Amino acid sequence: MTDSKNLRTAMLAGLVAVMMIGLGFAAVPLYNLFCRVTGFNGTTQRYDPAAAAEEPQVLSDTISVRFDANVSPKLPWKFHPERPRDTVSIGARDMAIFIAENNSPHPITGTATFNVTPDQAGKYFTKIQCFCFTEQVLQPGERIRMPVLFFVDPKIKDDVDARDIQEITLSYTFYPVDEGKKAS
Amino acid sequence: MTDIAATAPVHGHDHAHDEHDHVPGFFTRWFLSTNHKDIGTLYLIFAIFAGIIGGVMSGMMRLELAEPGIQYLHGWAQFFDPAAGDTQAKHFWNVLITAHGLIMIFFMVMPAIIGGFGNWFVPLMIGAPDMAFPRMNNVSYWLTTVAFVLLVGSMFVPGGSGLGAGTGWTLYAPLSTSGSVGPAVDMVIFSVHLAGAASILGAINFITTIFNMRAPGMTLHKMPLFVWSVLVTAFLLLLSLPVLAAAITMLLTDRNFGTTFYDATGGGDPVLYQHLFWFFGHPEVYIMVLPGFGIISQVISTFSRKPVFGYLGMAYAMVAIGVVGFIVWAHHMFTVGMSVNLKMYFTAATMVIAVPTGIKIFSWIATMWGGSLSFKTPMLWALGFIFMFTVGGVTGVVLANGGVDTNLHDTYYVVAHFHYVLSLGAVFSLFAGFYYWFPKMSGRMYSEVLGQLHFWIFFIGVNVLFFPQHFLGQQGMPRRYPDYAEAFTYWHHISSIGYAIMAVGMLFFFANIVYAYVAGKKAAANPWGEGATTLEWTLSSPPPFHQFNELPRIA
Repeated sequence: MTDSKNLRTAMLAGLVAVMMIGLGFAAVPLYNLFCRVTGFNGTTQRYDPAAAAEEPQVLSDTISVRFDANVSPKLPWKFHPERPRDTVSIGARDMAIFIAENNSPHPITGTATFNVTPDQAGKYFTKIQCFCFTEQVLQPGERIRMPVLFFVDPKIKDDVDARDIQEITLSYTFYPVDEGKKAS
Repeated sequence: MTDIAATAPVHGHDHAHDEHDHVPGFFTRWFLSTNHKDIGTLYLIFAIFAGIIGGVMSGMMRLELAEPGIQYLHGWAQFFDPAAGDTQAKHFWNVLITAHGLIMIFFMVMPAIIGGFGNWFVPLMIGAPDMAFPRMNNVSYWLTTVAFVLLVGSMFVPGGSGLGAGTGWTLYAPLSTSGSVGPAVDMVIFSVHLAGAASILGAINFITTIFNMRAPGMTLHKMPLFVWSVLVTAFLLLLSLPVLAAAITMLLTDRNFGTTFYDATGGGDPVLYQHLFWFFGHPEVYIMVLPGFGIISQVISTFSRKPVFGYLGMAYAMVAIGVVGFIVWAHHMFTVGMSVNLKMYFTAATMVIAVPTGIKIFSWIATMWGGSLSFKTPMLWALGFIFMFTVGGVTGVVLANGGVDTNLHDTYYVVAHFHYVLSLGAVFSLFAGFYYWFPKMSGRMYSEVLGQLHFWIFFIGVNVLFFPQHFLGQQGMPRRYPDYAEAFTYWHHISSIGYAIMAVGMLFFFANIVYAYVAGKKAAANPWGEGATTLEWTLSSPPPFHQFNELPRIA
């Protein structure tokens, strides 16, 4: 029972506490990664044609996709899908058009967050191209048509939790880009 | 903790070497304290004080809930802010539920059971002269009091739709970030930071003390179960509280510095906060109840005049509860949208905890089996604990089912469940420990009659108070509301009557303390007879200011 032995034990215990604090903060990127990989919480997937080994197979089954568009109250834009719904063959590429219009007299930069419901479909809802991947700048009164290129991964038919899904809702919400706020 | 017999010279009542006991002056002794017994006493007084405040808050809530409609909230809110309107009154309800939860967890149960009994009896039970870091111990205590002042102070500053923080004790984002403008929530976050820092320092202190300062012969497998329980608790604190600190630091930066950890507009996710919070929150419930398990083991063994049945099983059951407690957190958030497989995992893992808990309940009963039982006040509280904790444990197994929980989530069934395991389980173990060790700490005997009256009235009161809440929950009464449909009136009314009965029981508790100091008999070194075998009973009551100058040897 010497003081230095006590100090060593305390230092080790303190180190554990510091490591747990670090782990707490490390949870942020780890959680993001986890959601991207597993489609947890309706996180959609991204498809890179250059990196993909083979084109997805197109099935005869169809699925209905609904499009939902929202705008933050802080953003003076109008934002809506061109068509509210689409019926697509599973595995086939489809394009949906969203229309945004800046009603204010200033140029504004906006960015869209997105997810799909039901949550289990996130893993299979694959985007090839999306306006949500980048920030959008709209001049005063400007109106733009923004495409989303996506397909529903045929693997959805092999997942017991997701194969009965008849309809997927793809939802976007546009927010103003606040220079003070950076993605975590 | 079998057969601990000190072979060192027993410190009698009138030990001759008391001239070494230089008791410092009042200010130095109580404000700059480094003595583990004094700090333990400070913690106990603090916990009783905080418990009164938290208890009065629950009384206000039960009064408001006794009838449907809103009767008192407007008056209470106007007491804090004369201009308070309907919104501010309803916000005050949220402030009450928030403050009640935080006070009872961080400023009543934890200070009493870890800071109070842990500080007092861990060094005594392992034969150590004091804690490993007495000054750090003092820092922990005063950090806790500052944290408490911050929390109470937060009720007087703006917190969104009224004065005070109305976020619930869980501080979920986005209500606690963009939903609560004003300094109140910041103060609550700081308060939890400080209380957490105090507990982490305390945990480091306990771990060092228990690992390095045991008397010769006191191996880990001879330690009393209370010391085992504090050791496991200290590790839980060390592993879970830093995660909470990280989580609420991110709340703070989201609130004040424009980060978006929990804000979807910047790519964050509020559900992440729930994961982090409950990674802390679930071990936290074991932090509150494990030392209680330790106390109950000592009390049952003492009043059965038998060593605890299955000592090693009891010790490692606590270790198992601690370990498994870290991998079940998402059962608090079954409704956030998890896949069926994930829910199945968390359901199964949660139910596994019932196994080591069952081992403990079984071993307590087996300890009593064939024992020479005496039903003194501490023993009554211990038996009450076993009964209450079992009821709470059974409803816990019900709630562990992901499917059932979808229906019962955020209803009074959950409120009833966690009050049975904490408000009745942990608090009964606190009272068991208080009556068990009061003669040792104060040197005075309490009144057995008053103690038993306290137990029976309190026992009836809390059951009348909380059992009907199971029915309310199953009928669909959601938690955290000041008003309800008339269909819920019957059981709400009975529940409020239960509170009044419990409050009467508490009068006997305070009367008993006054009695003990005014007219209580002097306590012998060991008032409980041959069943009390741990080292603290080899010392005088109260123990000398510095004990074990000559370390005891454990046979």
